[in-house]
Amino acid sequence: MAERTAVVGVGQTKLAKCRDDVSLAGLCREAAQRALDDAEMTWKHIDAVVIGTAPDIFEGVMMPEVYLADAVGAAGKPIMRVHTAGSVGGSTAVVASHLISSRVHERVLTLAFEKQSEGDTNFAFSSGRSGGVGAGGYFAPHIRAYIERSGAPDYVGPMVAVKDRQNALKNPYAHLQIPDISIEMVLESPFVWDPIHRLESCPTSDGACAMVLTDESGGRRSARPPAWVHGTAVRTELGWFPGRDPVNPRAGRDCSADVYKQAGVTIPREDIDVAEIYVPFSWYEPMWMENLGFAAVGEGWKLTESGATSMEGDIPINPSGGVLSSNPIGASGMLRFAEAALQVRGLAGEHQIDGARRALGHAYGGAAQYFAMWIVGSEMP
Amino acid sequence: MRDVAIVSFAQAPLDQPPGQTETLMLIPTITEALGSVGMTRRDVGFTCSGSADYLTGGTFTFVQMLEAAGAWPPISESHVEMDGAWALYEAWVRLQHGDVDVALVFSSGRAALSTDLRETLLFQFDPYYLSPLGADYVSLAALQAQAVLDRTGHTERDLAEIVAARRRAAKDNPYAAVSGDFAADDLLAKDPLVGVLREHDIGPPVDGAAAIVLVAGDRAKDVCDRPAWIAGIDHRVDPHYPGVRDLSTSPSTQVAGEKARAADVEVAELTAVCSHEELILAEALGLGAGVRVNPSGGAVVGNPTMVTGLVRIGEAARQVMNGCGRALGHASSGPCLQQNLVCVVEGRN
Repeated sequence: MAERTAVVGVGQTKLAKCRDDVSLAGLCREAAQRALDDAEMTWKHIDAVVIGTAPDIFEGVMMPEVYLADAVGAAGKPIMRVHTAGSVGGSTAVVASHLISSRVHERVLTLAFEKQSEGDTNFAFSSGRSGGVGAGGYFAPHIRAYIERSGAPDYVGPMVAVKDRQNALKNPYAHLQIPDISIEMVLESPFVWDPIHRLESCPTSDGACAMVLTDESGGRRSARPPAWVHGTAVRTELGWFPGRDPVNPRAGRDCSADVYKQAGVTIPREDIDVAEIYVPFSWYEPMWMENLGFAAVGEGWKLTESGATSMEGDIPINPSGGVLSSNPIGASGMLRFAEAALQVRGLAGEHQIDGARRALGHAYGGAAQYFAMWIVGSEMP
Repeated sequence: MRDVAIVSFAQAPLDQPPGQTETLMLIPTITEALGSVGMTRRDVGFTCSGSADYLTGGTFTFVQMLEAAGAWPPISESHVEMDGAWALYEAWVRLQHGDVDVALVFSSGRAALSTDLRETLLFQFDPYYLSPLGADYVSLAALQAQAVLDRTGHTERDLAEIVAARRRAAKDNPYAAVSGDFAADDLLAKDPLVGVLREHDIGPPVDGAAAIVLVAGDRAKDVCDRPAWIAGIDHRVDPHYPGVRDLSTSPSTQVAGEKARAADVEVAELTAVCSHEELILAEALGLGAGVRVNPSGGAVVGNPTMVTGLVRIGEAARQVMNGCGRALGHASSGPCLQQNLVCVVEGRN
């Protein structure tokens, strides 16, 4: 029987286009210190550190755990650095949780970051070679395929873009703050990659997110309400081969089935109160609704259209504003996991979903081939 | 903790065709590691790998390695942008949960592709204050070498003798980049490269790939006559800035060695990429005179960056599989042995 694992501290930085007021280390330190403060712990309490970030070339620092060891309080302790493409923020939290659930450590600090302003992400995506289409260029055909398959009306994507930006207005950490966001404004923004309008795309952000994880006794003694980990799962599949369905990838379905089984979730839409899922382009909300089993195949867009995924709906998606409002890539997955934890702790502030007792955190990456998920709850499992 | 053993270890041959990819190096290596214990990729419950983008100048280069892992149907998998030894650590943690019994660990690196590894690894350093100085890993290693010679009274001749001994030992190791009989006097007569370090004091960067299979519980005994049981594994990091450390010591290695219960090993495979690092590591680990150090030749006869540490653990496991009672494999990362991992393996009757 694995040790029970609790999230007792969450910290994040202000997410912004350019955090030129802090160094890379300073950015990480800011998030980590906030997580420690939330847990009412000091650096001395931490046994080990697990960090995650997307490709090193984004900031130009190779294997940054070496340089960041001091800033994240790891000197004299173990530190690991995880990298699983865009899902990395989620899988980093999973690795950290395993250090607790395996009883190797009692208190672990986990942290994910990206300082996109230090480099050129689209340049890096193509390894500095010409012909790069960016992440949106890769995903746009999948979105077109989804719209064609499902017959979704073309306003569903813009609806997601508006909803998540309205949610972001309730989250002081969110990067994009667009008070007058509207469907018309989204539709008037230029196509970046057809059918993705500029306002249906995530921004590029600087930011970091950190969490303090601890064991059952630590969770019971927690200064503030803990979020108990009810399940974690990761799945990966090959990105390119004939017969693969990149619109509804099997790795995502397998990953959710695994985490639901651990958490005792049988009907996701009923058993989960709120979800923070990785939606970098608007249409990925309905697509992931189907992949995650919140809706039948071809029906995901109806959840968005009906308002079910809004903060007032029965399955609120991304009350924080999500990746569409803030995208420090390496941290985006951990932000989803951390926001899920904040919801079940009742500490999400203005974007709190009343009575949230069980929440899903989700991240994906690569060619929609890497998945990491966890389910957290207010009750000890 | 749950008992976990190394049951298999395989390495890619040193001689690879020009333009070889890491994926193509890994495919036969992984197949060999699994096949030698009667397994296929389908038997693996968790996969963890280590590699670094900067060696090939790419992004997400590890994604291509999924083809070697065989990620279909979808697999439970993770990756560290670290030496494969840390991937092995993550896999060992994962196996503690009891729901998975077999883990595949692999790593790869193309250090030889880099026109100058010294320049590439500069990107590891603090980008604001350290990297711009241009003091690369060899230059910083030379400072460390001087510090350890000054403190311990060892001499440049001792370093030459270490290199001669390792090259001699490596004559039996087909994966060594350099091996043979060299007289310490001849080595000592060479011109210094940086400070007290000569070219032969620095392990030549080479391309490499390696795979290890971990099995938990009794099943390890079913697939391997003499599994190398992991008796202890721990890793620690020291502060980054060379100026705040006593470079002649390695506190992180000392703590990791104590936590991993490194006392009483018969063999130690150390990631001493530079000859003087052996002196620091042996002291930090408390290795007595009777301990056989780097019977494979160690990292000073070949440094497949990102793989070097995993190979040390594999070599330690091979010693146990061949009858040795207790051995340790050590991995290192960062300038001047900043980060260190110790894995102790033992045979059981």
